[in-house]
Amino acid sequence: MAGILTAIIILLASGLVALLMGGRRSWASYIGSGGVVGAAVLGVVSSTRILWGGGVESLRLAWALPLGELHLSVDGLSAVFLLAVFVMSGLSALYGIEYLAPYCSRKPLGVSWFFFNLLAASMVMVLVARDGVLFLIAWETMSLASFFLVAFENERAEVREAAWTYLVATHLGTAFLLVMFVLMGRAAGCFDFDRFGQLKLLGGNTGSVLFVLALVGFGTKAGFMPVHVWLPEAHPAAPSHVSALMSGVMIKTGIYGLVRVLTWADTPVWWWGYLMVGIGLTSGVFGVLFALAQHDLKRLLAYHSVENIGIIATGIGVGLIGMSFDLPTLVVLGFCGAFLHVINHAIFKGLLFLAAGAVLHETGTRNIERLGGLMKRMPWTGLLFFVGAAAICGLPPLNGFVSELLIYLGAFSGAKSMAALVAAPMLAVVIGLALIGGLAAACFAKAFGIVFQGEARSEQAARAHECGGLMRVPMFLLAIGCVLIGLLAPWVVSVLAPAVECVSGLSLTSVTGQLAMSMRPLTLVAGCGVVLIMLGAGFALVRWRLLRGRDVSTAVTWDCGYVAPTARMQYTASSFAQPLTALFAPVLRTARKVVAIDEMFPAHSELETHTPDVTREFLFRPIFSGVGGLLSRLLWLQHGRLQVYVLYLAIALVTLLVWKAR
Amino acid sequence: MQSLINFLLAIVCAPLLIGVINRTKAWFAGRQGQPLFQLYYDLAKLLRKGAVYSRTTGWVFRAGPVVGLAAALVATALVPVGGSPALIRFDGDLVLFAYCFGLMRFLTVLAALDTGSSFEGMGASREVTFSALAEPAMFLALAALVRQTESLSLSGIYAGINLDAWRTSPALLLLVIGTLVVVLLAENSRIPVDDPNTHLELTMIHEVMVLDHGGPDFGFVLYGGAVKLWAMSALITGLIVPAHFGPWSGTLVGLLCMLVIAIGVGIIESVMARLRLLRVPQLLVGGAALSAVALMITLS
Repeated sequence: MAGILTAIIILLASGLVALLMGGRRSWASYIGSGGVVGAAVLGVVSSTRILWGGGVESLRLAWALPLGELHLSVDGLSAVFLLAVFVMSGLSALYGIEYLAPYCSRKPLGVSWFFFNLLAASMVMVLVARDGVLFLIAWETMSLASFFLVAFENERAEVREAAWTYLVATHLGTAFLLVMFVLMGRAAGCFDFDRFGQLKLLGGNTGSVLFVLALVGFGTKAGFMPVHVWLPEAHPAAPSHVSALMSGVMIKTGIYGLVRVLTWADTPVWWWGYLMVGIGLTSGVFGVLFALAQHDLKRLLAYHSVENIGIIATGIGVGLIGMSFDLPTLVVLGFCGAFLHVINHAIFKGLLFLAAGAVLHETGTRNIERLGGLMKRMPWTGLLFFVGAAAICGLPPLNGFVSELLIYLGAFSGAKSMAALVAAPMLAVVIGLALIGGLAAACFAKAFGIVFQGEARSEQAARAHECGGLMRVPMFLLAIGCVLIGLLAPWVVSVLAPAVECVSGLSLTSVTGQLAMSMRPLTLVAGCGVVLIMLGAGFALVRWRLLRGRDVSTAVTWDCGYVAPTARMQYTASSFAQPLTALFAPVLRTARKVVAIDEMFPAHSELETHTPDVTREFLFRPIFSGVGGLLSRLLWLQHGRLQVYVLYLAIALVTLLVWKAR
Repeated sequence: MQSLINFLLAIVCAPLLIGVINRTKAWFAGRQGQPLFQLYYDLAKLLRKGAVYSRTTGWVFRAGPVVGLAAALVATALVPVGGSPALIRFDGDLVLFAYCFGLMRFLTVLAALDTGSSFEGMGASREVTFSALAEPAMFLALAALVRQTESLSLSGIYAGINLDAWRTSPALLLLVIGTLVVVLLAENSRIPVDDPNTHLELTMIHEVMVLDHGGPDFGFVLYGGAVKLWAMSALITGLIVPAHFGPWSGTLVGLLCMLVIAIGVGIIESVMARLRLLRVPQLLVGGAALSAVALMITLS
């Protein structure tokens, strides 16, 4: 606990110093980022110790506010998320130094670092707070700090729009949480999480109401469909190291909140698990479909966050169904897979956002169609993006495969069951995960293949250079994490047992007992991974031996004998994704603007496609414009005449007086 | 022991399946046809050649064939043949089986995109589209078998498919075989999804992705493709040949059944035309629907 507290203090202090350093801008970067890195090292050590030991550390202090109290605690569940938060904030802070350098002359970097450190500190606080009021304060600080970070380049209209969308979405979510905590506080008589847990507040009919409130409130932060609308706007707008932090871990605080609320449930009602599986699969499939249709690299990655949050939600759903039907195997495998995917997604999505940031930093564009051939100019970034892409597609032997395998295993063991009520949703999980896997592979083949391979499609892409060491080192560490978690799967999974214990209602021994059964598959999967790598290397060696001394030459790519191929003749990202986007056109509703060729000697033709978010366009826009229309009827109240405003005040005061004196 | 022998048999005999398919097609067309062991001769020739690489390509292009072959071999080690368990078996190995082919495909697609050729981009695009639909179909089929046999590993599943299973639920097994045949044809780029003999780059799917590979690399690609065909045929063989044989007779019957499947593929290729590309998704969804029906049988 002391380690975590010190880390929070370091984060806040270095943030403040960076803010005061506003004048000396490069120093602001060093101090702000140095503080985060130091706090991260400390935090990783202490949270690993707690996760390893399996204990709970807590702290209660007096505080001056009328409501709530200062109650902090770290258990296995918090420790898993803390680990992800500390690792990602440390690495993205390190990356941020060089990434922000070009803005040095025109932006107050001290302010940006202040909010970055505040965001990291408030995320830690959210994870350790054990009191409703304290939790909400930390939650709100987190939302506001990230809002200011998203609005970094606020001179651009689309950034302001994105930040605004985020602010509205996050506050609507918080409103649901506020109601939930007030209801809970009224039922329990205080806001203490331990008390909520003792009372098993999430039981009975009110329990379901509270669950739905938590689902909407935390789901908005996490990015469940259809309340994910802010993600594809805010992630591309934010600076890349902030996108990595927000997409890698901040959205996971939504998952954490939901799981924390679930620890206050006795036995979940059966339809909660169904709902989670439904939301998870919807988010997963639609997230990846919308990702396929995007031309903006960071927007594509943002939609993949929706997809991966969907996979995590599916895992939680499998666990919940297991709890409702008393099937411990499902509980352990589902939650374990979900938690491991939380860590995995933090690692590979962080890596991908950082690599996309490096591309943006060096080429100045996020438009996939204008990139290409970067593998030759940015070989390290290319390699690291490749590792991240393979990991996020769940390909063996990397980490993404392990967490998906756990959820698959849970779903298959549920599908075995004779009870159709259990088997039916589990079969949906199996099919959904398979579809998501195939589509994700298609999408990342597009992202990697078009951006990094082939020839440069524009001047900017042709002039790119490799990014500097400070940006490469964090990406490198994350890529190593992808490989290591894949190859050390049994060990990593067994460490997660305390976290599963917190939510499952099972004892630690029965959790480890259940996990022991999945140790053999995990060990063999890791073994197969090693064999796979060795076989690949062996065949490469064979080829090298065979080709030694033979005639190995280079030539142009086969082009059917055409004499003047240009880079513009390459397949584009849109054309690569076209068969799939056409197949799912009714969902995607891609807008096309075509100037078709209809004469013998066409002078001009063009095709422009844009795939706006379908829920934003067809669900939220009508609602918000409806509300806006209604409220605009009240505009006559606001006319700028001061004397009438004073009259309003007087009327309000008199009314209150009468009401009070009644 | 028998598992190891079966695995070695797969390594040795995989190219034979392609030969059988081609002989069958030649017989149907009334041609002399290529020798049964033509692929072996091709592989031997390719491994003796030098290589020409496109200037546009980098290490991904060179990694594609070797990783693809490695993944296909690992997947083959997971499927049982003829009643003996597979070389490697554990709960959930069916997921690794499917994802190994996912890895193979991902690398092949990226190697194709590495050349910057529009033809190869086109092939890659079609490949990812069809496989994204074939994957759920395969998982549906496997899930139906999991429910039928209550086992989570391929070896356990195929040990559970015996004459009793055929007596009690023939409809389920037939439907699953139907799905697996569709998946086999789509994943191994056979007619009616893809024509391995086509000569126009624009209409190819798999062949066009490997246009720029030559020499030993192309040898790895061809051999990897043969191994993949073997592994997927083994999935069907295990259903057709119930686990009632001894180790050696099981291997023999399994091998015979594989050859029969190859003849079947040859017959399908001879009597059918290729589907229009737009129709292929319908075929794959139809294939998945067969297993969905099978699952509904088990749920009721």
